Formats: sequence, structure tokens, C-alpha cells
Amino acid sequence: MKTTALTSKHIELGARMAAFAGYNMPISYTNIQEEHKTVRENVGVFDVSHMGEFIVKGKQALELVQKVTSNDASKLKIGDVQYSCFPNATGGIIDDLLVYRLPEDKCAKGEQAYMLVVNASNIKKDWQWIGQHNTFETHLINISDNTGLLAVQGPKAAATLQSLTDIDLHAMKYYTFQKGTFAGVDNVLISATGYTGAGGFELYFDNKDMLQMWEAIFKAGADYGIKPIGLGARDTLRLEMGYCLYGNDIDDTTSPLEAGLGWITKLQKDDFNSKSIFKQQKKQGIKKKLVGFEVLERRVPRHGYLIEDIDGNEIGQVTSGTQSPSLDKPIGLGYVSKELAKIDQEIFIAVRNKKLKAKIVKLPFYKKHT
Amino acid sequence: MEFPDNLKYTKEHEWVRIEGNEAYVGITDFAQQELGDLVYVEVETVGEVVEKDEVFGTVEAVKTTSELFMPLSGKIIEFNPELDESEGDNPSLINSSPYDEGWIIKIEISKLNEIESLLDREAYAALVD
Repeated sequence: MKTTALTSKHIELGARMAAFAGYNMPISYTNIQEEHKTVRENVGVFDVSHMGEFIVKGKQALELVQKVTSNDASKLKIGDVQYSCFPNATGGIIDDLLVYRLPEDKCAKGEQAYMLVVNASNIKKDWQWIGQHNTFETHLINISDNTGLLAVQGPKAAATLQSLTDIDLHAMKYYTFQKGTFAGVDNVLISATGYTGAGGFELYFDNKDMLQMWEAIFKAGADYGIKPIGLGARDTLRLEMGYCLYGNDIDDTTSPLEAGLGWITKLQKDDFNSKSIFKQQKKQGIKKKLVGFEVLERRVPRHGYLIEDIDGNEIGQVTSGTQSPSLDKPIGLGYVSKELAKIDQEIFIAVRNKKLKAKIVKLPFYKKHT
Repeated sequence: MEFPDNLKYTKEHEWVRIEGNEAYVGITDFAQQELGDLVYVEVETVGEVVEKDEVFGTVEAVKTTSELFMPLSGKIIEFNPELDESEGDNPSLINSSPYDEGWIIKIEISKLNEIESLLDREAYAALVD
């Protein structure tokens, strides 16, 4: 099993560890609900160094990014971040990712550089897929194994991190990034992004600086109640926001239009993989749609449970489910046939010998200040 | 992790405390740690006779759902009111006190000879080691 630069730290802290995407990762240090609350109310730190990072650099870097991703990367200015996906050739999704347009100080004249941040479980598949499409004047570099990534998330994240850098963190806009010195470490990429809906930053830097960064962040956050957070709470936090998880809610067979990712599928841009399929879907209408629902009983929906209408006809499947720690009720995401994908629609979740009453609700499940 | 000497265990990570022809049933310290924070316990079989290895209820944790299996055939005579949603509604007792306050059901054993099939402390500890 692979490790991150912090694996032994997590074990020393008493985390419950489990294999995730081939890495030995912390699931929880104390318990999921407590960690979840820490991120919603204060600040927490996630080791997400297992994520993959690719550099795309060259005179035609933009052309390659445009060909393999669904969003319009030509809109990115240096310092911008964009959520996107890699469509496959048959209208499904290879992976979802973040696209960073990097500064060009290390580029030759006329070159651009991008960083693509992908899911750990898909690093190999994505790398092959992008390589296969690289008919452009562009270099690809896989920096996943040398790159450390810490997500510092929560309303107190900016206050925690500000003492460690000269960059004005409060002034940074959502989905932008800056490079600079952080906790005495040079060349840190600080990104105002995250997968929690709680605000905060993600820090990319060289793995060799990991322990120094970790210690500095915990010291800086001591007054704000900073805590380490495992992948268990990462999942409940993202689900409360209705964010898709690759492998659960989206995969090689789901269309971004069905998944509610039409907003990152820019049909007016030049050719990209599966564009004609998405255009056709847009024209004819999709057959199923990813929705959020609340279960009106105490049982918790899980990935793979069937969704039925009131007459017991199968209308779809649950893709993610949990007990929402913020709302204290069971919530889930799932695909249902288009006609029934309406807010307040009553649906039923089939569990063994029971049908749980549920209702389709607006996403996100969790809204700040409610 | 603790596995008290006075209890019997199953491969499904349940414990049994036998008191004459009755018994208390719960899940082990190992099981509660594996499941994580419990949020709901469902037992809808009170008053019924359920055979050994059949499902008598379900526990929901934040991350996962797990079915509960009868360690011995018997009649379910009580569901711990402290866990029941209509009374105490405090399933986290299973996490904080798996062998004591977090007991799940009390049964009337119908086949006393099945007790021999249960694991003792050592056999169970070896299983989860």
C-alpha cells in the first residue's frame, strides 16, 4: 500500500486508517460527527496528498486542455482555478478535476502552463487518457508522487493561515490561487478552493516540506481549535453540499448533463471529447438526472439502493448517502428518471424488506447560516 | 480493545451474556469501532422468535449500515429502551459502553444446546487480532 508523507503522523495521532485508492489514509481521528462540526464551525486540516497533479506545459498547452476537458479553459487568467471533467469517447466521465492556469515565469516565450488536479483512484487512467490525446506541442509531467496537499477548511481557515504568509488571504477570491512563501517554505501554491463548502484553502508544495507545514499550521490554528480531519468527514461535508464523488455519483457511464454538471460542459467551445453526444443529449433531453433527497425516516440510504415510485416501479438508484451531521437527518444523492426529478417529489428507497419514504430537495442540503 | 471474560461471542461480532435461559445481546468493542459513530438502531422483532444467524435488526453508522444477527435462537423479549428512537434514542451508548449500557436486546433462549457453538473470549480475540 502507498503512503503519504504524513501516514506515520496519522497513525501516531491514533487515526483509524484504511486503504483508499491504494493509499493508507486516515478515515477518522476521533469521530466523524465531531470532525465534521470542527470544519463547519472552526477549522480542520485534511491530508489529501494522495490526489494526483499533472503539469501541462507548452505552446499548445491550452489546446490539449481544451480537447480533454469539458469546461472552457480559455476563460482562465493566470491565477484562476476551474472545476471541470474529462469526458470519455462515449459521453461518460473519465474523472472530474480542477484546472489551474499557472504563472508563466518558468515558461519559454509563447508557452502556457496548467496544473490538473485529479482523483487519486484515477491517476493512472487519467495520465494514459491525456497522453493518448497529446498530439500537440505540449509536455506532460506527473508530479503526483512529489506533491504534498493539505486542505485547511473552515470559517477560521484564513485567520489560522494568515500569520504564516505575506499573501493577503482574506482578499483572495474563491477559485483563485497564488504562489508564495508559506511557513518559511518557498514555492507553495495556495488555492482558495475546497470540497467542504466551509471555505478555506488548499496548499500544494513539495513533499519534503510536509512535516514542517503540518506542524506550523497546527501551531497557528491552536487558538482556533484546529484539528486533523479524516476522509470520513470529508465525505459527509461534500455530500451536504451536493458535490459529486467520482466512482459514486459520476463514472464512465454517467453524462455530466445527467449529473447536474451542465455548467462545466461548454458546448459552445471548440471540439472536445464527446461534444457531439452532449449536444445531442441537450437537444433531445436527458433520461435521468442526479438529485438530492432527504429520507423522512431514520434509516440511512447507501450507494446501490434502488429508488422506486409510489407504485413500486424502479425509477433509479442511490449513488451516495449518509446521516448528515449538520442537519441530523439521512440524506442522499441518486439518479431518478427525468419526469420525477422535481423538488418535493415523493420517492421511496428500497432497503431489504422496507421502502423508506423520501423527498427530493434542492441542493445543497446544507446552507450557511441556516 | 476489551473483550470481557464473562461473555460469549460470535463471528459476526456480537456478544452474549447468558443469565439462566435468558441472555443479553450486543455488539463488541471491535464492531463498534469498525462501524464508527452509530446514529440509529432498528429492532422491529420484539416479541418474535428468531432463529440463530437470522437478522433481528439493523444499526446505522454515519458511514455504513450493518445487520444484526441472532447469536442464538430465541424470542426477543426486550429492545434496550435507551437505544430505541421512541424512548432514550441514544444509539451512541453502543460506542461509549458496548458491553454494558449499550446492550441491544434481551432474549429468551429456545435452544440451550446452541450455546456450545459460541466463541469464548480467547477464540474471539484471536479472530479479530
